[in-house]
Amino acid sequence: MSTTQVIEFTVNGQARSVEVFPMARLLDVLREQLQLTGTKEGCGEGECGACTVSIDGHIVNSCLVPAAQVNGAEITTIEGVAGADDLHAVQQAFIDHGGAQCGICTPGMVLAAVDLLKRNPEPTENDIRTGLAGNLCRCTGYMKIFESVVRACQK
Amino acid sequence: MRAFIPDYQLTTPASLTDVLALLNNEPGVWKPFAGGTDLMVLLEAGKLEHRNYINIWGLRELRGIEANDTHITVGALTTYTEVQAHPILRREFPMLCQAASETGGLAIQNRGTLGGNIINASPAADSPPALLAYDAEIELVSTRGSRWLPYQGFHTGYKQMQIGPDELLARIRLPRNTAGVVHYYRKVGTRKAQAISKVCFAAVGKMNGEQIDDMRIVIGSVAPIVVRCVKTEAALRGQKPGDETIRKACVSFEQEISPIDDIRSTAKYRLQVAKNLLVDFLTKLSQNG
Repeated sequence: MSTTQVIEFTVNGQARSVEVFPMARLLDVLREQLQLTGTKEGCGEGECGACTVSIDGHIVNSCLVPAAQVNGAEITTIEGVAGADDLHAVQQAFIDHGGAQCGICTPGMVLAAVDLLKRNPEPTENDIRTGLAGNLCRCTGYMKIFESVVRACQK
Repeated sequence: MRAFIPDYQLTTPASLTDVLALLNNEPGVWKPFAGGTDLMVLLEAGKLEHRNYINIWGLRELRGIEANDTHITVGALTTYTEVQAHPILRREFPMLCQAASETGGLAIQNRGTLGGNIINASPAADSPPALLAYDAEIELVSTRGSRWLPYQGFHTGYKQMQIGPDELLARIRLPRNTAGVVHYYRKVGTRKAQAISKVCFAAVGKMNGEQIDDMRIVIGSVAPIVVRCVKTEAALRGQKPGDETIRKACVSFEQEISPIDDIRSTAKYRLQVAKNLLVDFLTKLSQNG
């Protein structure tokens, strides 16, 4: 048996402290201990991107990150994407252009798209496809998601 | 079924010195844990047998890319994203950057490390074919010191490696001798992103007039380890790349690999694709080398 340890990190700009087993998945820490249930679990093996969050400015699959590796990190989840009064342009575009259906992939898709636009404000079609390649959707057929990101770039 | 999380230790020493001391003091008890992109998948599936891990993700000593006139040296914890972004690697070692760009998606590339790809020792790993084709060397460190060895020969069988229980992979070094060579890398998977390869082929070569001067040919996912095809290379060296040369090379090639049927593909498909890729490489080499 391992023992629990206290992990201190920043989540969506707020300092947080949790007591966890070091191998606990970041995904579970966010959802179950911090009640940030916007981050979804899809495959649980790094294939689908539903659990995407950003750690220190880089998107990751939170199902593949043990808690011990986020001590001191800055994490952004889907709950931290919108501003105080307005949605992020990517979120608004997903609403306006039908980029979401059942909603399970949406938080990961949005975070991947936000990350892409941060790195590359004027992505080509290929850049968008590559930026979203790690995120799977079972509803939309992808074109509406793709279109939503294209529209978000135009804002 | 999912693993029972409290069964697993993941300790975070403060420095490389502390990591090596732990590996030395309790040999075989601890294994390194880097980006977690392979180990966490096993954990979730309830198949992670080893229980005690050392978190090395934060070790600055194993990060960074340095170049001098003769070599480029890459820290074992360098991520696929960092590999793709490095200007010298992009210019002189494009197959390594291509391998990094075709490993998982961006979220995996931000976390997966070159050293992890080597030590996880999957025969289907994407970067080892490129590293072998570029004649990489690797550095293993321990409290006893450091030793460099050729990467070729490091993997001796399925998941078997020439590494002591007290040793840690620290750096990977590539000789900067790729000027004028033809680079040929093809990963064949079910889709472009996120796939694990059915066949992964990496080769470099040079022509001397109409003759093949030299080459290194490496293939993954067709044997218990990633294979450098030295007999095929010998059959090709100094030859003109015509039909007869290619036929002989394919005979050698077939003897050097041992593809199997598994969940990703069949032995028959893998063999056919492997031979097609060899022929395609030799065609491009003769046109551009």
